[in-house]
Amino acid sequence: MAVQYKQVFSTCVIFSLCLFFMNYALPIQSAEAFSDQVIQKGATGDDVVELQARLQYNGFYNGNIDGVYGWGTYWSVKNFQEEFGLETDGLVGDKMKNKLETSTEYDEEFVQEALQNGRKFTHYGSTPKHIQKGPKGGKNKQQQKPAPSKQQEEQQGGGQQRQGQRRQEQPQDGAGEQAPAEQGQQEQPQQQGQEQVDEDQSNQANIQKAMNVPDGYSENDIQIMSNAVYGEARGEPYVGQVAVAAVIINRIESPTFPNTASGVIFEPRAFTAVMDGQIYMTPNEEARKAVLDAINGQDPSEGSLYYYNPVTATSDWVAQRPQVKTIGKHVFAK
Amino acid sequence: MVKNVLIGVLAAAVIGTGWWGANQASQKEALEINSENNYQRAFHDLSFHLDQIEDEVGSTLAMNSREQLSSSLAQVWRLTSLAQSELGQLPLGLMALNETENLLSKIGDFSYKTTIRDLGEKPLSDQEYEQLQRFYKEAGEIRHDLRKLQASALKEQYKWTEAEQVMADNDAPMDNSIVNGFQTIDNKVKGFKETEFGSEMGQGFAPDVEKKIAESVKGKALSKQEAAKKAKQFLGVPDSMEVEIDELDEESLGFEGYTLTVQEPEGEDEIYMDMTKRGGHPLWFLQSRPIDEPEMSLNEASNKGLAFLEENGYENMELADGKQYDTVGVFQFVTQKDDVKIYPDTVYVEVALDDGEVVGYKASDYIANHHQRDDLSPSISAEEAKAQVNPNVDVQEEGLAVIHNEDDEEILCYEFYGTIENDTFRIYINAEDGDEENVKKMQEAEPVYDTM
Repeated sequence: MAVQYKQVFSTCVIFSLCLFFMNYALPIQSAEAFSDQVIQKGATGDDVVELQARLQYNGFYNGNIDGVYGWGTYWSVKNFQEEFGLETDGLVGDKMKNKLETSTEYDEEFVQEALQNGRKFTHYGSTPKHIQKGPKGGKNKQQQKPAPSKQQEEQQGGGQQRQGQRRQEQPQDGAGEQAPAEQGQQEQPQQQGQEQVDEDQSNQANIQKAMNVPDGYSENDIQIMSNAVYGEARGEPYVGQVAVAAVIINRIESPTFPNTASGVIFEPRAFTAVMDGQIYMTPNEEARKAVLDAINGQDPSEGSLYYYNPVTATSDWVAQRPQVKTIGKHVFAK
Repeated sequence: MVKNVLIGVLAAAVIGTGWWGANQASQKEALEINSENNYQRAFHDLSFHLDQIEDEVGSTLAMNSREQLSSSLAQVWRLTSLAQSELGQLPLGLMALNETENLLSKIGDFSYKTTIRDLGEKPLSDQEYEQLQRFYKEAGEIRHDLRKLQASALKEQYKWTEAEQVMADNDAPMDNSIVNGFQTIDNKVKGFKETEFGSEMGQGFAPDVEKKIAESVKGKALSKQEAAKKAKQFLGVPDSMEVEIDELDEESLGFEGYTLTVQEPEGEDEIYMDMTKRGGHPLWFLQSRPIDEPEMSLNEASNKGLAFLEENGYENMELADGKQYDTVGVFQFVTQKDDVKIYPDTVYVEVALDDGEVVGYKASDYIANHHQRDDLSPSISAEEAKAQVNPNVDVQEEGLAVIHNEDDEEILCYEFYGTIENDTFRIYINAEDGDEENVKKMQEAEPVYDTM
């Protein structure tokens, strides 16, 4: 066993050296670089995908590559900044990007494709040498880093296991073409060396697209509410649509109404669009934006709980409520 | 011959239509029975649960040991929430049961607050005991009426779907036993309200933002012209823009204000804004326009948002949170004083990422809550506060913050951000006495569920 390890280790070292030089020889690898924006928490987009992929590459980030700079990414960035003596502000600026670009690799095509197709695979850096050698070298230098290192180890091991399997099934895409000959030689010892590694580790998807949602609401809630707003208020001015969405939210928060979005919307006889089925039309982008605005705090109705169209309204009762204002065709009331 | 064929065809058509019609009718009936069953179930469940509420509230009155009391009140809390949900499933429209729902939520609120309280340290006060007695009596009356209604509904076979019909064609006065029955109950509950004491009891709602705004805005009242001018200044739009301006209804809002629509004469840009009359504080504005692909980073946008606030006289604002939703960035700014984040002073700013324009702004909270805060020094040290945090939490960030507690009072807290494995938590520890005020798991981005 010991001999085997030694063997593995030495091949690893050689291999990582090879890789190291190759990186310099073939700069195309890391040419897919960040745009020049400063990335901050809450951001979405390709730069975030790249950031997460690169951080995952050198073991700072263990979450999903999802293209949303959330809390997990935030802590990874801060750890990275601390490690490399940068200001730990969670902002990814030029310095940090340079550090990342020189110390990691990023195969944009591969990650983006996985992201688009929602394809499941374990760890970024589909080629074993990426994940095995590249980061190892880097990691030895940063061994003192406390928390993530164990997970990191497992993650890498788990990833590697599966990659070994994948390899036999299909030719590698991405950076695999770099050094086919070496890869073939490396394959066997690596797999043996990793036998003790926890096998069921990280078998779930690790690249998955995601989006920001406001606190306390799921994307599906937003969808239902967009349906309601579209059914109730399409054709109204934008502010009127926001106001309708705000009424739904005011009702959720009011003690006299159900406490969930669906409870409020599907309360029998509460909304005409629900009664006549217009709620099942596909909402447009505007309705969705109105809902997002309302959830994010906008309330043109100033806390109204009711609204009605005075032309078509059938209920006298609602007309007696104190009115706040009229937006478009709707009168909003408390 | 032709005649015979014709007769044959017509006969077939008649039979076909008849068959189709019968089919339709039975389908319709099946659907109606289906929804009737749903209504019936909600109705009977409701009555059952109100029964239980009365029983449980009743037993608490006789209880002495606090363990018993807590568990009983927890039951009440659970039952009120069930009953509320069932009320929400009945096709009674909005008006019929306002008061009843209110009462249920008060009972629920009361039992929740007393359940989580350490009754050993702070037993029920006499006042609270009286309140419980009152709830018992009120729940008893509702229960009685509801049972009666239920009995006659079963005996006379009232149909909820019929009641729904009656309510739908609203022209006729509502004459339906079910609807009338519920309205009677609700009117009765309305009567209860007058006998209630103290406004602090059972108030499910935090004091209205509107009320606070009314109290906090000062300065002279602006005329319509002045308001329009102020709005354009605030938005940084040219004077040539047309402004439509209306007064907000003061009675229903509690404060005087204007609502404005600012319109570019030729463009399609429209900006909507509400403003207080006194002092002319813009409460919020919204701009509706299509937003193109993002051209700038969230970071740049947040700086633009901050610059916008500074231009308009906000001082010491700090970014507390920011999120990108496709083409817009939404930012939460709070006042920062002596390194203390003051969350009640929140302003939301929405920035379009295509050209960095501020397209949304909401400052009601800031205007309602902003005031001079002098004593912002904690009584306990950060280390002491940290000792109160669950040891499993790996604290990553710490700071001081003023937040609203559940009773809507401002309290000074230590704010800790920490992680357990891959989850991030925000923990507030009271900076006076070290109580854990609030713990929240921070929301992560939501995966896009593949529906293919």
